[in-house]
Amino acid sequence: MDVRSQISMVFHLDKCIGCHTCSVACKNIWTDRKGAEYMWWNNVETKPGTGYPTKWEDQEIYKGGWQKKNGEVSLRGAGKRRGLTNIFYNPNLPVIDDYYEPFTYKYLDLIESPEGEVQPTARPVSLITGEPIDIKMGPNWDDDLSGTPDYGRNDPNLQNLSAAEQEVMFQLEKMAFFYLPRICNHCLNPACVASCPSGAIYKRGEDGVVLINQEVCRAWRMCVTACPYKKSYYNWHTGKSEKCILCFPRLEAGLAPACMHSCVGRIRYLGVLLYDADKIKETVHLDDNQLIDAHRDMILDPFDEEVIRAAKMNGIADSTIHAAQFSPVYKYVKEWKLALPLHAEYRTLPMLFYVPPLLPVMASLKQVDNTEDSKKMNPIAKYWDDNWLYDTSTEELWGSLDQVRFPMKYLANMLSIGDEEKIKDKWKKLMAVRIHRRRVTVGDVSQEKADSVLRDAGLTADQADGIFYLTALAKFEDRFVIPPAHREQAIEMLDFTGDVKGSTGFGIKSKLKRGI
Amino acid sequence: MDALNNFFLIALPYIALALFLVGSIYRYTYKGFQVSSLSSQFLEGRRLFFGSVPFHWGVFFLFFGHLFAFLFPKSVLAWNSIPLRLMILEITAFIFGISMLIGLINHFVRRYTTPRLRSVTNKMDFVIYIVLITQTFFGLWIAYNFRWGSSWFSTLLTPYLYSIFKLEPDISAVALLPWAVKIHIIGAFTIIALIPFSRMIHFLVYPLNYLWRPYQQVRWNWGKTSVRAPRTPWSLHRPKNN
Repeated sequence: MDVRSQISMVFHLDKCIGCHTCSVACKNIWTDRKGAEYMWWNNVETKPGTGYPTKWEDQEIYKGGWQKKNGEVSLRGAGKRRGLTNIFYNPNLPVIDDYYEPFTYKYLDLIESPEGEVQPTARPVSLITGEPIDIKMGPNWDDDLSGTPDYGRNDPNLQNLSAAEQEVMFQLEKMAFFYLPRICNHCLNPACVASCPSGAIYKRGEDGVVLINQEVCRAWRMCVTACPYKKSYYNWHTGKSEKCILCFPRLEAGLAPACMHSCVGRIRYLGVLLYDADKIKETVHLDDNQLIDAHRDMILDPFDEEVIRAAKMNGIADSTIHAAQFSPVYKYVKEWKLALPLHAEYRTLPMLFYVPPLLPVMASLKQVDNTEDSKKMNPIAKYWDDNWLYDTSTEELWGSLDQVRFPMKYLANMLSIGDEEKIKDKWKKLMAVRIHRRRVTVGDVSQEKADSVLRDAGLTADQADGIFYLTALAKFEDRFVIPPAHREQAIEMLDFTGDVKGSTGFGIKSKLKRGI
Repeated sequence: MDALNNFFLIALPYIALALFLVGSIYRYTYKGFQVSSLSSQFLEGRRLFFGSVPFHWGVFFLFFGHLFAFLFPKSVLAWNSIPLRLMILEITAFIFGISMLIGLINHFVRRYTTPRLRSVTNKMDFVIYIVLITQTFFGLWIAYNFRWGSSWFSTLLTPYLYSIFKLEPDISAVALLPWAVKIHIIGAFTIIALIPFSRMIHFLVYPLNYLWRPYQQVRWNWGKTSVRAPRTPWSLHRPKNN
């Protein structure tokens, strides 16, 4: 047993309101620079939708991630042979138009234009060329299902849904969507690290953060292709690749990453997971249907004496083990089995887990007769003209699971490699918690009914209360259990501190100026 | 004439080699952030193919061809002793030369006709395009007009280059060569001198190491098993970086 620690995340999709505060917080701290304007280390996508960059999930286009062929696992579009022979021209590299051309507006024209017949306008200009452009794409161009015929309908996750199922999804009255916030998954089997010819990308042993050494990156741009989540970005100005650093300078200081700290819906959880690194190879070689369970089995119980001893042998600090015991991520992923990795079929073993959304699913649209009710009301306050009812009642319990207006297959394609049972299992748990809490707080559900629902979902009342607490009430310290990075070590982690700490500060040895 | 020959065939090589060595080591060591191939594929990904691929494979073959003739002149002469083999070598090299020239011209046109690329183009790019295009053009010119260069390179230029490296420069034979050949020699040393001052530095960092390193890399700040051992207080285990 080779115990390692990993700072890991859970995103509770039910709570995401799609406000993009996380994206903006990240942008303001890290990517508000020339060459990085188009990068969103954290972005929030509307699903169904094509995402950012467009259709990133379609690996027939981008050739990202690992693939299993004849029992061998290899990088789909990179690797030693492909990487070194395609080094002069990478046939699978997304270009800036697959993201969007960054732009700004000539705001000064609004103020400085001479008096004239017409109002001045602020024309959009490209941040690359400085010339006026017609904006064709932007971040979240398809937010909230806008442009669905072009975007939502081309979602790669729809590929094995029947035409009828798709038709139902996109009927105007039945349309539903949810948000998918994405950051780097800080994988256990990162494709970007494996693809980097220069060896500039590495995973930190202490906390599992995947980083790109800016001094070693040589712009061979294989990581951009290899990352199936397209979370490694090429800075066209400096000629270096960049990616989410999980705000490691903040983590080392005991602060939550900016995207998580600023999260309005409080959907994000961060904590330590202990895992068995000996199992990585074995796990990535498993078949698709075993992958997700094996991935979860790699995560070790931080209360197990055996695990604690092995962790200490591996130099994991007591404080880190302590943090692992209080990790909200451990609870969601391992204890309650509520969270799933995104697109586990890419075999990178992502360490960012998602609780599948329930809301667009559990409600159903019914046709009801409103006339009687309408008559009782005054002429101004009346029921709306149509007779649809957005029904969220708990009358039928599991019945609604089978009549969802959001095909389970769609979510299964995203979060469980097509296994609908897994999604159904999570939905049952989430629903059971609601029914249980309804019994406790409102009391219109009988004890037997609530208990049978919990039993059916495989939860105890205590667990349901735990899920409720962590989902709905959890305070900052509950959601972010950050192990002390041992600041004294954190400073030593950086190069040549003795030489620079009196002048430029820690870490940066030269000005980040583009080469010639 | 002598003074010119002395400058371009003796002084220039030494200046170029000195600049190359000192400049490259300095830039690699102290300006790691500025060592990059500065790929522009991200901004324009279609036309790059017709520039980058023919150019790089052409220059790859020709660079190692010249290097081989410099290191193993006798093998080249032995290979060329049969006319058919000489023809094969010369024609192959000529094709790679043409491929390089086409690639360079495509590169040049692409870079100066794509608006987006203007923001990632600097003056040095223009200089190296001109130098490389001139150099390739004269290489092809020489190959066509002064036949069987692979043979006379091994007998004339290899001794000259050896004399440079032995610090006993002997230009008596080289000085008599046609002016086109001299320009090609001057061009070669100019390119060597420009390497640390341009994006050409990226050819020095071709990632051969990738071939034998394991795919995954995990870096530890500490020796992860020894850090906790009670017999070795942490002061004995200084962090690797300091």
